Amino acid sequence: MILAATGPEIAFWGFAVVAGIAGFFVVGSRNVVHAALYLVGVLGSVGAIYIVLGAEFVGWVQILIYVGAIVVLLLFGIMLTKAPIGGVALDNNQRPVAFIVAATTFGGLTWIIWRTFGGTRIRLSPTRTAQIGNSLFTHFVLPFEAVSVLLLAALVGAIVLARRD
Amino acid sequence: MSYYWQYGTLGALTAVGGAFVVIAFLGNRLMRPRKPRVEKATTYECGMDPVGEGWSNTHIRYYLFAFLFVIFDVESVFLFPWAVQLEKLRPQGTVLVEMIVFIGILAIGLLYAWKKKVLEWVK
Amino acid sequence: MNLAWPLTLGALLFSIGVYGVLARRNAVLVLMSIELMLNAVNVNLVAFSTWIRETIAIGQIFALFVITIAAAEVGIGLAIVLLIFRNRETINIDEIDLLKW
Repeated sequence: MILAATGPEIAFWGFAVVAGIAGFFVVGSRNVVHAALYLVGVLGSVGAIYIVLGAEFVGWVQILIYVGAIVVLLLFGIMLTKAPIGGVALDNNQRPVAFIVAATTFGGLTWIIWRTFGGTRIRLSPTRTAQIGNSLFTHFVLPFEAVSVLLLAALVGAIVLARRD
Repeated sequence: MSYYWQYGTLGALTAVGGAFVVIAFLGNRLMRPRKPRVEKATTYECGMDPVGEGWSNTHIRYYLFAFLFVIFDVESVFLFPWAVQLEKLRPQGTVLVEMIVFIGILAIGLLYAWKKKVLEWVK
Repeated sequence: MNLAWPLTLGALLFSIGVYGVLARRNAVLVLMSIELMLNAVNVNLVAFSTWIRETIAIGQIFALFVITIAAAEVGIGLAIVLLIFRNRETINIDEIDLLKW
């Protein structure tokens, strides 16, 4: 299978490799804060991959919410729980089993993917933000409002859980 | 293909900027004198000797503020496509009401946080 | 581009997340692994959206919703973790076994 290496494809490969390697460090790092920073690498690369795949808005939302907000929240979680930096083991004793399960999952999924979509080519073309807005506010109004209820529930729940009194 | 050209320009600019920083710091490292001492490696704490560890427990109040930020960050994400399409979608009033309902529901959360005195910074 | 490549990346990230969920003791690290798995799903959604080229971009809208739900999930998850830490002084998942007998 010969890859016609166009610019977007090269970019995809670069970001995919970064995402994969950083992903291994997220689950392999011995330092919680380092794991969170590697997670930034994964999320940023995945955001860039969205942009390469033409999903411009989703890509920037990924950067804005994941890298800008969720990772900050996770870092707050680390700081509030006084997580051990080095020393105490961060992994349990199921590592070999976990590795076997993960490798089997990856192998099985990859096999299925290549059997089904091995020859399918996609033509990259950008989706405009206007298109997203069009679709969101005409076809997906109810899910959109449901999201606000979800966020409200999450906010109230977090306040109830986190408050001392 | 203007989309990929634009992002290509952005990528090239990022690469050049990153290379600039790397080269500057690498040059600095190569040329500077290197005389490590124990005092130089200690944490700078306004000139005093550092007390305790660098790891201190944060108050849980920070977490609630961070989560409030996340919630309204998510809200702002939905504002972008709405703002782009507000003038083009018909009927316009409906689109406006959709967003007002969305923000209104989230405002209830903010009101709840206010009522529960999450927003107050008591010592 | 071959559609299988983004899907393979999704499978890889998902498997890494599975490994993290199973092998990590620290609850915050488990949450990070869950984020990896959610991202893998999003990669699939966006890739299929680009492949199908539907006019209303369903895949991307779903990816947006997944990102939103991930934000809510992490917020609640961390609040629970903080509550457990406050009551039990630990966030090692091995030691949180109140419901186990």
